[in-house]
Amino acid sequence: MSSNTATITPALVAEHGLKPDEYQRILDLIGREPTLTELGIFSAMWNEHCSYKSSKVHLRGLPTKASWVIQGPGENAGVIDIGDGQACVFKMESHNHPSYIVPYQGAATGVGGILRDVFTMGARPIACLNALSFGAPEHAKTRHLVSGVVAGIGGYGNSFGVPTVGGSVRFHSRYDGNILVNAMAVGLAETSKIFYAAASGVGMPIVYLGSKTGRDGIHGASMASAEFDDDSAEKRPTVQVGDPFSEKLLLEACLEIMEKGCVIAIQDMGAAGLTSSATEMGAKGDLGVTLDLDKVPCREEGMTAYEMMLSESQERMLMVLKPEKEKEAEAIFRKWGLDFAIVGETTPSKRFIVRHKGEVMADLPIKELGDSAPEYKRPFVTAEKLPAIDAGAVEARGSIADALERLLVTPDLCSKRWVWEQYDHIIGGNTVQRPGGDAAVVRVEDGPKALAMTTDVTPRYCEANPFEGGKQAVAECWRNLTAVGARPLAITDNLNFGNPERPEIMGQFVGCVRGIAEACKALDFPVVSGNVSLYNETNGKAILPTPSIGGVGLLEDFTRSATLAFKRDGDAILVVGETAGWLGQSIYLREICAREEGAPPPVDLIEERENGDFVRELILDGTASAVHDLSDGGLLVALAEMAMAGEIGAKLDAPPDDVLAHAYWFGEDQARYIVTVAADKVEGVLARARDASVLVSRIGTTGGEALALHGERALSVADLNRRSEAWLPAYMAGEA
Amino acid sequence: MKAAVLVFPGINRERDMARTLKLVSGTAPNMVWHAEHELPAGTDLVVVPGGFSYGDYLRCGAIAARSPVMDAVRTFAAKGGLVLGVCNGFQILCEAGLLPGVLMRNENLRFICRDVYLKVERSDTPFTRGYNAGQVIRVPVAHGEGNYIADGETIARLEGEGRVIFRYASPDGMIDPNWNHNGAINAIAGIISERGNVLGMMPHPENHVEEAIGRTDGRGLFAGIAEALEKAA
Repeated sequence: MSSNTATITPALVAEHGLKPDEYQRILDLIGREPTLTELGIFSAMWNEHCSYKSSKVHLRGLPTKASWVIQGPGENAGVIDIGDGQACVFKMESHNHPSYIVPYQGAATGVGGILRDVFTMGARPIACLNALSFGAPEHAKTRHLVSGVVAGIGGYGNSFGVPTVGGSVRFHSRYDGNILVNAMAVGLAETSKIFYAAASGVGMPIVYLGSKTGRDGIHGASMASAEFDDDSAEKRPTVQVGDPFSEKLLLEACLEIMEKGCVIAIQDMGAAGLTSSATEMGAKGDLGVTLDLDKVPCREEGMTAYEMMLSESQERMLMVLKPEKEKEAEAIFRKWGLDFAIVGETTPSKRFIVRHKGEVMADLPIKELGDSAPEYKRPFVTAEKLPAIDAGAVEARGSIADALERLLVTPDLCSKRWVWEQYDHIIGGNTVQRPGGDAAVVRVEDGPKALAMTTDVTPRYCEANPFEGGKQAVAECWRNLTAVGARPLAITDNLNFGNPERPEIMGQFVGCVRGIAEACKALDFPVVSGNVSLYNETNGKAILPTPSIGGVGLLEDFTRSATLAFKRDGDAILVVGETAGWLGQSIYLREICAREEGAPPPVDLIEERENGDFVRELILDGTASAVHDLSDGGLLVALAEMAMAGEIGAKLDAPPDDVLAHAYWFGEDQARYIVTVAADKVEGVLARARDASVLVSRIGTTGGEALALHGERALSVADLNRRSEAWLPAYMAGEA
Repeated sequence: MKAAVLVFPGINRERDMARTLKLVSGTAPNMVWHAEHELPAGTDLVVVPGGFSYGDYLRCGAIAARSPVMDAVRTFAAKGGLVLGVCNGFQILCEAGLLPGVLMRNENLRFICRDVYLKVERSDTPFTRGYNAGQVIRVPVAHGEGNYIADGETIARLEGEGRVIFRYASPDGMIDPNWNHNGAINAIAGIISERGNVLGMMPHPENHVEEAIGRTDGRGLFAGIAEALEKAA
């Protein structure tokens, strides 16, 4: 594909992932047959990954505004105001397909890409998180994928120098052929120094910065927009190779030239590389762009215009500089040993013109390249609602104590220490709460403020009822931030689904997005950035619908954050919220009864808000000594986690008469928290709860070295800890 | 204290180190770029911080050890100046020939970030006067290549001359393979030079200096250095 005059055949069009009607749209738009380079540019801009053509119409329903939102979706990352002239910049993005093909590099470049999105806006990254979904542990590739992905995330973040402070790891057979690697980055900037992609001014120099351009990653975005099959391993060359060292230099150099006031506009080269970044800068600024590819620093000889425009080589940026600051900026880049080249300029023409070796390789209308991308209202069907399962219809298997022991060694509930110990989670010296809690807490340089952050979603709920599942993902995120004492501010959403051309998958997508929107509105928790990843299927088998939600909250004083560990003997254990014993779609039902059935627990957003606000108050006024949100595994798993973290046991009362024991201990009713308080404060808390119409009940007392449940054998906390810690290392060593 | 913190491309814990030095001594250190040929006048402590200098490409610390500024550090050390290398800094000092031995991949071949316990072997060095001999401190590690090794003769010398300053230990100070996360020979976590003025260590005392962010076990090291410098002045 070296010649720009190649004949554009239907086969060539199809190879570029463009449907016949989409190609017709191109012909209508430009009034002639495109050159090969132009066809490549269109395929890069109009694939699902870059154009959001299947999802856009639904994403418009998401709430994106609040008084504290500085920048919502549409830029490199979202920006929120955290007071004192400071802003938090964050986003989550998927790197699913590359991570399945080449786990280490796929995951590493996922982290690199999201970090670039954040520092492109002028923010210094202060934390990374992730949400990982792997296939069943017994699947032949799972161990290899876990090992590579975790090492890749660590390899990039550790070297770059950002603490990876939180995340989630799950296993399910529905991810056997298509794992999910969602990476989130959070950065800190001054509100007066946020940088955007829109170019301004005619005749301004467009500067290429960072690493050289190679042939890696060509068609990466197109690969992310198609299903997988058995030959997917052949797509290896489309996966990029990460260089965290260059990225660290790029970060320091970018922040330095931003500080010196050299930058008018900046855009990172992510998916669809030079094509996407250059057109975005021009289109957003209402300007044309002319690129001279002879000036692009190349890693390999003989690269064609087509290859340069589609390369997804990592650690590159495009900027529009103030002409008078050009020399100063160049000196800074040279100091950091990075490439710096003027590769084009802004023009008044609103055309995107690409020259190479004296020839015009592409000449396209710049705005229409993005704006005229196809937009689909794909047909969707809403799956029939599953019936709620009555707890009485679920036979308890074994004792409650036996069930807890078994649940703590399941892949989803066991300790993930093996994973997060491979991430440097303390660099920066600001990690107040390390991985393993409800949300990570990272101090804002020298305090007293801190940011809380978490990633959440319960895919089995989303599959059973997309609307409730979407609501639940947002509610759980909000709850986790609340449980450390933070005021939840905003989210980034990373929507992972199967093939949108199948109406039932589209139905999942639409349902989840509506649920997310509903919860965001009810909780004043707007969406400020996000990413959609479709076609997550292999051989026609789709993943569980997995809309990962990354949330950020604010603590005015980091020393007041709550942790989940029991603190001392004799504290009263309280449950906030109603425990009705909902077993449908619970971990208990799946792991103990081998049934994945029923409707998921409904989410009452008013109750979420009231209960959460009540708990946050108990934290901020110093009443609560430990707090934990209730989610997977229900009440007893949460109590065990609190006991294990504090290495302190508890004496627990018998369930109330009207709830079956297994449903009481393992049901997954929403809007609940466990809070411990000093014994002499119980009456006061109960009175406050009555005044606030919040349901609070005392269920036991901390103390001793065992979890002592009424009528069950006592469970040694040290032994539970050993079991929970043992599973993952043993599995990874091939022993489990 | 007039500290100089070296900055190589790819170093990433220089900000943590600078903040800790300022917190403990009250004075912000000078940040010194790798291409410099001289240290700022009056420097009394050189700190080589942690990170991934030059991406750890080639070998950890190998490229940084050949930077112009390292000649100045060698001269400084030869005159008895205090030099502290932490993590990648320890690797750089070994590569620069200021300390013996090398740091290999962790025994389990994975990067490890966790709190570890260190037994402080001596309190009569300018680096450890803030601790008692035999004291156990808890500080974090974050490295993929911290597995210290040297030839038998060198190890025998280090041990014989009392130059092993920190060892990985159990919480009650026992040397035990279960508490030696990276497999270092003799559980070595930190050593000093023959003259006693250069310390290299893998753990990060600079990340444990505030009660609200973990613990304060690392503070003794920096307070001790400040005291030693004050006494010498």
